[in-house]
Amino acid sequence: MEKQLFTISVFSENNVGVLNQVTIIFTRRCINLESISASPTSIPGVHKLTFTAYGDRRQMEKVVQQIEKRIDVMKAFLHTDDEIVYQEVALYKVPTDKLLIESNLENIIRHHGARILDITPEYTILEKTGHNDETEALFEELKRYDIRQFVRSGRVTVTKSPIEHVSNYIEQQARLHPDRFPAE
Amino acid sequence: MSNKINGAEALIKSLICEGVDTVFGYPGGAIIPVYDKLYDYTSQLKHILVRHEQGATHAAQGYARATGKTGVVIVTSGPAATNVITGLSDALMDSTPLVVITGQVASSLLGSDAFQETDVVGIVHPVTKWAVQIRRAEDIPAAVARAFYIANNGRPGPVVLDIAKDAQVGMVEWAHRTCDYIRSYIPVPEINNADISEAARMLNHAERPMILSGHGVMISGAENELRMLAEKADIPVAATLLGLSTMPSDHPLYKGMLGMHGNIGPNYNTNRADVILAVGMRFDDRVTGRLDAYAPQAKIIHIDIDSSEFNKNVKAALTIHADARQALQALLPGINQTRRTAWLDSFIPCEKAENEKVIVPEVHPQGGMMKMGEVVNLVSRAFGDKAIGVTDVGQNQMFGSRYFRFTEPRSMLTSGGLGTMGFGLPAAIGAKMGCPEREVVLFVGDGGFQMTIQELGTILEYGTAVKIVLLNNNFLGNVRQWQQLFYDGRFSQTPMVNPDFVAICAAYGIDAENVTDRSQLSDAIARMVKSDKAYLLNVNIDPTDMIFPMIPLGAAVDEMMINANEMFKL
Ligand SMILES: Cc1ncc(C[n+]2csc(CCOP(=O)(O)OP(=O)(O)O)c2C)c(N)n1
Ligand SMILES: [Mg+2]
Repeated sequence: MEKQLFTISVFSENNVGVLNQVTIIFTRRCINLESISASPTSIPGVHKLTFTAYGDRRQMEKVVQQIEKRIDVMKAFLHTDDEIVYQEVALYKVPTDKLLIESNLENIIRHHGARILDITPEYTILEKTGHNDETEALFEELKRYDIRQFVRSGRVTVTKSPIEHVSNYIEQQARLHPDRFPAE
Repeated sequence: MSNKINGAEALIKSLICEGVDTVFGYPGGAIIPVYDKLYDYTSQLKHILVRHEQGATHAAQGYARATGKTGVVIVTSGPAATNVITGLSDALMDSTPLVVITGQVASSLLGSDAFQETDVVGIVHPVTKWAVQIRRAEDIPAAVARAFYIANNGRPGPVVLDIAKDAQVGMVEWAHRTCDYIRSYIPVPEINNADISEAARMLNHAERPMILSGHGVMISGAENELRMLAEKADIPVAATLLGLSTMPSDHPLYKGMLGMHGNIGPNYNTNRADVILAVGMRFDDRVTGRLDAYAPQAKIIHIDIDSSEFNKNVKAALTIHADARQALQALLPGINQTRRTAWLDSFIPCEKAENEKVIVPEVHPQGGMMKMGEVVNLVSRAFGDKAIGVTDVGQNQMFGSRYFRFTEPRSMLTSGGLGTMGFGLPAAIGAKMGCPEREVVLFVGDGGFQMTIQELGTILEYGTAVKIVLLNNNFLGNVRQWQQLFYDGRFSQTPMVNPDFVAICAAYGIDAENVTDRSQLSDAIARMVKSDKAYLLNVNIDPTDMIFPMIPLGAAVDEMMINANEMFKL
């Protein structure tokens, strides 16, 4: 089967070691992670891990099943890019003197929708939010100014689907165990 | 007055509250506070001092699988914790409920390479259902309750509680905690009635249905439901290795074991069946043979409590995510009473061929050295087919599982998924401790016996009356067989120079005898059966004997060798 980029979203309790439990499931199958991010969600106590990785669909579906099997994990999902809205943020640290001699600087910033976060006599820090190819394009453009540091975050995503699977899961649990909710 | 107790005592009281009466363990520096408190609770909590921590885990597995209760292990940190990894991995593969408690260095020392510190939780994540480190005494009661809930609900598995020393000595207000709910975990899913109706419809329309009965049937206690369904719809049943004893061996609808060394009938007819009802099993590669040639005509209905097993190896037409017993109970009323004489008769030629070419020469050999099959057969009979059979791994395991017979459930304990040599002896000890009223007989090879032979010390100390049948071929027989069949008979590192096993038993005060000739066999077995103590028979086995039938690696389930030169043909 053809390899393609997948986004794997994992909703879990915020316990120590959840990330480890999930990443070893990729490691065991020799799947290289392209990016990772972790954050709280709109539901109290529920955390979201987002991974991107290349693989074939069948393999990735099994990975998601194995992730969801972990006790601390509530739900795990496999998405292709068309099913989600996603962003990454990139930071670029460039020597200020090199930028200033560029007459075109304003155009570059406007064209890429980048922002200046900080300027000192030594360096300037630019920020760009977008898809991977967009932050990559700005990187290519800034290369000739001798980029000192570049960093790109993991992907953050929300689904396009009208169904909120995790909220439904939590509501179902609350319905079945009204006396316990939300604590265990 | 405060009723504060220390964490160690809270641990012990929590275990007792969970209904634990037996633990298997081994003390050491990082768990000494627990052993100190154990000293005050010996009347409520029996501690079995094994001779190696791996033995503790396998004994707890034997105990758990014979009784259905959770097996409990207590060990210290560092090397003791690493010694339990094999047992954890085995228990995860074979869905065995264990709670393993490891001592850990004081929390202030964590991460400093302190003496006997290992990253236990980090190491055990891939081989446990759940693992957690506890650093405060007040967290112990809730963690214990949660551990037992996880270990023995849903698909059972091993859980590790890694308890730092300061948590063991810290003081806590004692309160019994229970757990019957975890937000992120739904152990027993609700049954979907539409799926049940669809399954009934498929089975009612089937012409050549077959039931594959796995370990999940035993775990959920669904043996009766399974038998009733099979009888109502006249469906032949085959068992996986871990599903053995879910149906009595002599039931007319029971067609034997599946897989690499299983019976011809069920393997061959897997590829003739039009509907397969797979219950609590996971289509292991040893069961399926070559996947693209597995059950090509069959629509598969897969019942399992673990949805990650669905479509993992074999694509199912219908998946039922449920407890096996609940699912079969729901299914039963919608199943039509049927007779399927022709389909059932189609097993007969397979059975005839297997009997003639494989079973009779193995069980009733005409002269020559003794064979494993004949020994297992006689031992099974001598116990009235009522004992719990335990095996180690190798040829002894396959002969044991093929020729041992069962009348009741939980009568066959073997290391399936992991195939752990050394499992047998401690597992038999644990099974006997869990079921003292039942006979427990171990079939073990000369190789595997020596992997955990130190547990003879446990038998000595507790007088555990396990019966040990050492099927001694002076070879790593199973590897030898592959070398014979597929590596030009180049017996690289498989012959073994063995010690005097009877003398070893004498040193441990265990009755034992050598059985060197067939003429001694029946009487020796009778003496072993009659003894109410531990007993070992060291039986001299033909090293050239091979286990057949065999589905070679890469072959389809219906491509079975019946001996070294002949494939099964109808
Ligand atoms: C711990 C472990 N090491 C190695 C193996 C590989 N192995 C499988 S069967 C076998 C030979 C077993 O020999 P023995 O215990 O004498 O049993 P026999 O096959 O002769 O009955 C070996 C080495 C294993 N399954 N487990
Ligand atoms: Mg051997």
